[in-house]
Amino acid sequence: MLTLETRPEPSRVMSIVSPLLALAITVVLGIGLFTLLGKDPARGLQVFFIEPLKSGYALSELAVKATPLLLIALGLSVCFRSNVWNIGAEGQYVIGAIAAGGVAMTAGKETSHFIVVGILLAGIAGGMAWAAIVAFLRDKANANEILVSLMLVYVADMVLSYLVYGPWKDPAAYNFPQTISFADATKIPRLFTGWRVNIGVLIALAGVLLFWVFLFRTYAGFQLQVGGLAPAAARYAGFSSRRALWTAILGSGGMAGLAGALEAAGPLGQLTPHVPVGYGFAAIIVAFVGRLHPVGVVFSAVLMSMFYIGGELAQSRLGLPKSLTGVFQGLLLFALLACDTLIVYRVRWRGTRPHPNLPPAGEGAQKAVA
Amino acid sequence: MEATALLIAATLNAGTVLAFAALGLLINERAGIVNLGAEGIMLVAAVAGFATAVHTGSDWVAFAAGMGAGALLAAAFGWLVIWLNTNQYASGLALSLFGAGFSAFVGIRYTQEKLSERVHFQIPGLADIPFIGPAFFRQHPLVYVAIALAAALTWFLYRSRAGFVLRAVGESPESAHALGYPVRRIRLLAVMAGGALCGLAGAYISVVYTPLWVEGMVAGKGWIALALTTFATWRPARVLLGAYLFGGVTMLQFHLQGEGVDVPSQLLTALPYLATIVVLVLISRNAAWIRANMPASLGKPFVPGT
Repeated sequence: MLTLETRPEPSRVMSIVSPLLALAITVVLGIGLFTLLGKDPARGLQVFFIEPLKSGYALSELAVKATPLLLIALGLSVCFRSNVWNIGAEGQYVIGAIAAGGVAMTAGKETSHFIVVGILLAGIAGGMAWAAIVAFLRDKANANEILVSLMLVYVADMVLSYLVYGPWKDPAAYNFPQTISFADATKIPRLFTGWRVNIGVLIALAGVLLFWVFLFRTYAGFQLQVGGLAPAAARYAGFSSRRALWTAILGSGGMAGLAGALEAAGPLGQLTPHVPVGYGFAAIIVAFVGRLHPVGVVFSAVLMSMFYIGGELAQSRLGLPKSLTGVFQGLLLFALLACDTLIVYRVRWRGTRPHPNLPPAGEGAQKAVA
Repeated sequence: MEATALLIAATLNAGTVLAFAALGLLINERAGIVNLGAEGIMLVAAVAGFATAVHTGSDWVAFAAGMGAGALLAAAFGWLVIWLNTNQYASGLALSLFGAGFSAFVGIRYTQEKLSERVHFQIPGLADIPFIGPAFFRQHPLVYVAIALAAALTWFLYRSRAGFVLRAVGESPESAHALGYPVRRIRLLAVMAGGALCGLAGAYISVVYTPLWVEGMVAGKGWIALALTTFATWRPARVLLGAYLFGGVTMLQFHLQGEGVDVPSQLLTALPYLATIVVLVLISRNAAWIRANMPASLGKPFVPGT
């Protein structure tokens, strides 16, 4: 019989192999699902993994969807590393988009292009402010951040709905729930004419560098990670857990807000009830699959973007519901968590005696998270 | 009078959804496992129940299907967190995300379906008492089952041997293990029982409460149920009360809208979520009280032999 045996120390190799293994499992399950639905699995794989890379235009679309995922996942990586569970990035994204939209709507014909800076800053501030509620209630009232941040997603959706059905509704839009289309000056500058990809992708890549430096080259980043891995050690060292909480939540909220602003003033160009599309939730998976590492999340954001585009193509080409994306996203995270077991444990046949110098099984089980 | 009676009846109906889910989560958590996948389980069970009701025409088979689906998903979650020691929060989230996607995927062909004429239940005799009858005695049988379940759980947890063992597993799995109890198997059973009840709640939504299937129709009730177990400091009777309280808040929005109160409808829709935050804050402020009541090993993995 197979049993799990603790490794002397967590395997670095497995922590890289695990996401690949998880992807392989997801693909196998996907092939099974396509076969079950009577669709050609080869077509399915093509739609998910080849079509999104086929042309310059397709790559641009890939980047358009990967950008918000990457931005949000960067913030969440820091959050999860410090063992703070902000899972309401979706709400912070929506409020960021609303704040950015509020600034964008003030623009007229004469407005300078520099308003884009204001729009992005407003988005960051909006996301931070919404996240600050979570941090404040956690800090002052010990309220569970998972539940509060999640409840605020529903509230943020209602704020958006109130605005686009009410005071911000475009009077010329035949009663459709949408704001005016933002003035041209507010448009996030595109990188190539004809393609939708804009400077957001460069901002996200700059974010990767910034977060890498913060996590691995600053004292504050170090303190945060110690607080997440070993709270007792962090307390003993005198690291403030309150500061870590605020940093993690405000950071992730700001990034989600920035993503919302880039989306509102970028591909969307106005606010509608359809601003939230689940990027904030998908980014949780992106963060875990990317090993909570700023460079890792680049790859997982691209992968998740392929899932989104593949889902859309599966709908138009294979007649399958778009929600296929969500199925695969969930399966991927499940598979990843199962595979992550192999970082801390190795599989052995029962009967072979464990090495006498090994620590007892189970130690470090918690480390599997990060 | 008439309107108040109907509001009470609607409150009991809405509260029943939360009661089943939260009582299920209470069983999980008493065994030391937090299942953040409740929302996902309820969504999948809602579509499973609805589809079964459409195909078989029997509500009771539909409830069974919902419970089965819930127990199955919970078993997958339980295997991950109990045997592979994966992080409970992350695994629960995975279940919620998967459930949202999977239910939308499977449910798309049921969005246009309608269920057969709904049967209106009433208890003969009692249902005709003025005010009290329409308020309390014209409910779906499961409303009374939820109340009985809360009572049974109280007895189970505090008066039965099996209940003591379950609590021991949640408080100190090491001690329970040392006494020879199969901690992992007990935890798995608790998780599956919790999943089955969340599944019943999900099926109740799509078969009785709303009777239809819409993508994402659980709308956060799984998360509110999770918060409820904390509000109730893990006691069945308080869970039941909390569920009715929140059922009331949910119903209040329709009532106020019906009265023509001049408040944006979005604010009313947001009310249950805001109320959850407010109550969570009020309860959590007393950290010592929460800690004294919380199962001591909640959320912590247990590996035999450590």
